[in-house]
Amino acid sequence: MENILIVNAGTGNLKSVANTITKLGFDPRISSSPKDVLKADRIILPGVGAFGEFMAGLENNNLIPALKTFLNSGKPLLGICVGMQALFELSEEMGQYPGINLLPGKVTRFPDSIQLKIPHTGWNQLFFDQNQSLFYGIAPGSYVYFNHTYYCLPDKAENITATTQYGFDFCSAVQSNNIYGVQFHPEKSQKIGKQILNNFLTMPIYQKETK
Amino acid sequence: MLAKRIIPCLDIKDGRVVKGVNFVNLRDAGDPVEQAALYDAAGADELVFLDISATAEGHETVVNVVEQVAAQIHMPLTVGGGIRTIQDMRQLLLAGADKISINSAAVANPQLLKQGAALFGSQCIVLAADVRRKPTGGWEVYVKGGRQSTGIDGLEWIEEAVSLGAGELLLTSMDQDGTLAGYDLELYQKVSQLVNVPLIASGGAGKMQDFTDVLTNGADAALAASLFHDGVMEIADLKNYLVTQNLPIRIVP
Repeated sequence: MENILIVNAGTGNLKSVANTITKLGFDPRISSSPKDVLKADRIILPGVGAFGEFMAGLENNNLIPALKTFLNSGKPLLGICVGMQALFELSEEMGQYPGINLLPGKVTRFPDSIQLKIPHTGWNQLFFDQNQSLFYGIAPGSYVYFNHTYYCLPDKAENITATTQYGFDFCSAVQSNNIYGVQFHPEKSQKIGKQILNNFLTMPIYQKETK
Repeated sequence: MLAKRIIPCLDIKDGRVVKGVNFVNLRDAGDPVEQAALYDAAGADELVFLDISATAEGHETVVNVVEQVAAQIHMPLTVGGGIRTIQDMRQLLLAGADKISINSAAVANPQLLKQGAALFGSQCIVLAADVRRKPTGGWEVYVKGGRQSTGIDGLEWIEEAVSLGAGELLLTSMDQDGTLAGYDLELYQKVSQLVNVPLIASGGAGKMQDFTDVLTNGADAALAASLFHDGVMEIADLKNYLVTQNLPIRIVP
């Protein structure tokens, strides 16, 4: 059986993600250990809490070099919410905090000019081009659950795999090769969310040759 | 488009579901895990647990209930009642709560909102407030499950709480609660003009039209308890009705 790892930065509830994945018939482990990261076949990086706290949790557990090594092997990682935001260069949440810096771009606050309630909280629609493995079996326009004040602003348009409308079309999912991120909470998004997690956990792994 | 949310609330005492009518005359209405799973299947958008246990032992049981419920359901869960410290918040978040709602403790110590927001993010911190209309106009904040008046003005308190870091409001009209006579629309209009965070309306829902009214008058979500768990109204029927009223609603196939 594959080694599915939920990375624990120590800032919040990872049980919901673990429960949902377990219900799908997988056997995930939760760990803060870089050794476990290096042994994993697939990684889920759920982000709960403020960006700075989350990054501090990754750094204090010395997880960032291990995550980079893991990704260099070609195996897939899915960042959820702040876990997606952490993939970028920096976040402007409560100051400026550097991210893991795997994707060019930054994380910024919804502007007051949208004249909508902030945080963006509740069920909103995902729009995407078909033929994406992460959204296999899902209709564009499906509702997923969001709860966030900051959103990702990728430099490269080709990294954006889904958008959601909240005053404007913001980036609600990203991909770059084996790196995936979703701003919403698939573990809280009932059937649609389960399908997305199942897609991530069953997509083929294109592992690079190690020399 | 962001959907308006329909939120059933389970009042929990010593690990069991109860619901007060005008905050008194509690009666047992079942097992929280079973209720939560039913609401999940019925297409509820979110679930609120309000722990009204009077004792420390009673409060301890809610952590177990949250753990059991989080294992069964795959929708957002907000937990409130008896939360006084950052440690209480952390314990419930680790047990599976997605958001923490704070009421009396925030009135006693407003800095709790700021500390919670700094650690867990504003989106995680819900200010719950129970308010009652003042004879002189406006609303007054009540604490301790609505049993104790504070002399604090409702709108001023809400503005302060949001400035400290509350990322959402769960606002209960004590005048309307349990009456089935409709939400206090003026309250939600005023508050939605005053602050720019999501607003959950609570207290007074009796018929489907009440939900349309409050969701078109400033509320982003509407909460009800006994209406749903007594089976007077089905969430699926309500949502289908709200779609016919041209409200953005998530319909579960």
